[in-house]
Amino acid sequence: MSDQLERFDVIVAGAGPAGMSAAYLLAKEGLNVIVVERGDFPGSKNVMGGVLYRQPTEQIIPGFWREAPLERHVVETQAWVLTEKAAFKAAHRHEAFAQEPYNSFTVLRARFDKWMAQQVRAAGALIVPETVVEEPIMEGDKVVGVRTGRPDGDLYADVVIAADGVNSLLAQKAGLRKKEIPKNEAALAVKEVIALPREVIEDRFQVSGDQGVTIELYAEATWGMVGTGFIYTNKDSLSVGCGVLISELVERGITPNDLLEHMKAHPAVAPLLEGGETREYLAHLIPEGGLYGMPKLSTHGMLVVGDAAMLVNSMHREGSNLAMTSGKFAAQAVLRAKEWNDFSAESLSYYDQLIRDSFIYKDLYKYRNMSRFFETHPEFFSLYPDLLNEACREMLTVDGVSKRAKQRKIFWDALRKRMPWRMALDFYGAWRSIA
Amino acid sequence: MLHIVVCIKQVPDTTQVRIDPETNTLVREGIPAIINPFDMPAIEAAMQLKERYGAMVSLLCMGPPQASEALQKALSYGADRAVLLSDRALIGSDTLATSKALSCGVEALGREQPVDLVICGKQTIDGDTAQVGPGIATRLGYAQLTYVGKIEEVDLEKRRIRVRRVLEGAEEVLDAPLPALLTVLKELGEPKYASLPAVIKGLRTSIPVWGAKEIAVNTDEVGLAGSPTQVRRIFAPPQREPGEVISADGEADKIANMILDRIIEAGIVEG
Repeated sequence: MSDQLERFDVIVAGAGPAGMSAAYLLAKEGLNVIVVERGDFPGSKNVMGGVLYRQPTEQIIPGFWREAPLERHVVETQAWVLTEKAAFKAAHRHEAFAQEPYNSFTVLRARFDKWMAQQVRAAGALIVPETVVEEPIMEGDKVVGVRTGRPDGDLYADVVIAADGVNSLLAQKAGLRKKEIPKNEAALAVKEVIALPREVIEDRFQVSGDQGVTIELYAEATWGMVGTGFIYTNKDSLSVGCGVLISELVERGITPNDLLEHMKAHPAVAPLLEGGETREYLAHLIPEGGLYGMPKLSTHGMLVVGDAAMLVNSMHREGSNLAMTSGKFAAQAVLRAKEWNDFSAESLSYYDQLIRDSFIYKDLYKYRNMSRFFETHPEFFSLYPDLLNEACREMLTVDGVSKRAKQRKIFWDALRKRMPWRMALDFYGAWRSIA
Repeated sequence: MLHIVVCIKQVPDTTQVRIDPETNTLVREGIPAIINPFDMPAIEAAMQLKERYGAMVSLLCMGPPQASEALQKALSYGADRAVLLSDRALIGSDTLATSKALSCGVEALGREQPVDLVICGKQTIDGDTAQVGPGIATRLGYAQLTYVGKIEEVDLEKRRIRVRRVLEGAEEVLDAPLPALLTVLKELGEPKYASLPAVIKGLRTSIPVWGAKEIAVNTDEVGLAGSPTQVRRIFAPPQREPGEVISADGEADKIANMILDRIIEAGIVEG
């Protein structure tokens, strides 16, 4: 059984969105690509909230949305600021989002990834599931292959694409990033898929056909911890979940399950879920290190993509499109290196350059201080949501008190809780961290 | 050299299957397909015999075109070849029709080299009937050895096989002539974690697909036409009501009296 193993052009470690995008594009160009995936089947370890953006996905597979299994195209985006008993809701809907080719879709990864795997196989890549990539095979400081957990499991290739997720062993063992992610640079996200009849979803969310809605929930949704919650409409189910920095969960001693149940029980959330049956329960670690958490992206013979490279924009809940785009850039860098037959660190640093010149780096740069800012300003997750909702309640309650008196009351209540100069600093800081 | 045929089936991973309460059908959406877990010891049994006596191992599977994935994986455990029976004429086969089709498949595989042994899992996890293995044996006129927990010996000269059957509360050693059909139990073990070159070789193998013509089966005897049984309804059994817990802070006498009262109340015994 110890036949001499062939040499591959490219080894992709991990069949997530980043790895599969790179594998697809490289196999299409005729390279000999092998994808090694630890899960039972490609996609089995993939978790995301559930929004897939069209434009970056079309960079990989043009026209994908005409045939891929998608749930609903998003026509309305809502943001809710919750307190214990109240919700301040903002919503935006635009007819443009209801027109082909659409802007984004809700998806269930189990279905989408199966389709994606078919495309990757059809392009000519080999996908090997149930196989763990344990470490890079190094020759000096050069990565020349990977060691897998199978007998006779060493694989050699010109280049390795580390798409092995948030805890990337490859990036760690090749010395591209620190061993462990700090607890405040990763969020734990939990999600349930809750089945409801199509008509009920369309009725509750005021959509028709394949139109869908996304809701992001803040503040009390995560019990005042740094994080967000979400509700996305699928065809006949809802994706409901939330994510919070691990450091916060540890400090407060709250389990992710309690957290999600807390959000689901909120008086503004519960009616949307009523009568639903939980079909799936998923949990995943989300890299939140942002720009400062980003490892070195390339070395001789290896590129790091997707979550392994910490490419997540937590402000705009974008992860999979950064992953796919980084997969595309990795493919471009590999094709260029192949053409010149040069897989040195210098040649592959073209990948770093592509990332740096793209929206990925620019967005991560823009929000580079956001996570740390909100971590040190918990009032944005409790005090300010409370002031906002109480102000609304005061103004909307008709009780014989004049509106001017009410405004004055709101003003003085706010001042009692936070000095005006502190408030000014808070909002200036918040604006700075996201502007 | 022995020629062993292992019959396998691709099934939905039932740990992830639900039944739709409205339509009473299995919800297979996004559920991964796996090799029927009871077939894994069948593959392993064939590999053990191959190692002990030398054998050619053929894999046979009936199912839709994507079932070739199960065969590709099964090949990585060391089988020599694999054939998929897939034909529109086979769709809707019940256990009778399925055993007909598979027995024709075994006969077709035996054209190049006669088959000595067919090994099946004891049942599948999606149908749970345990009828197909014995059905194949009957149709082929093979000795039928079910619930085998151990293969004691194969005598190639006398063309006999001795196996240990595991029964409820007893074991039985049986001796039978070849060709024979075995349905096997988990006791035979699981195939070893396949080497990477073997997995890659399996994935690169394109699986030949045989239809009704290739296995020379009369299409009236398979598929819906050849299936006297049809599934009318699949439903989840109603959940059992939880039992009552009687407790009295660990005071045994008190608990005993409470239970006794309850029995008398129910009219099971008279007070």
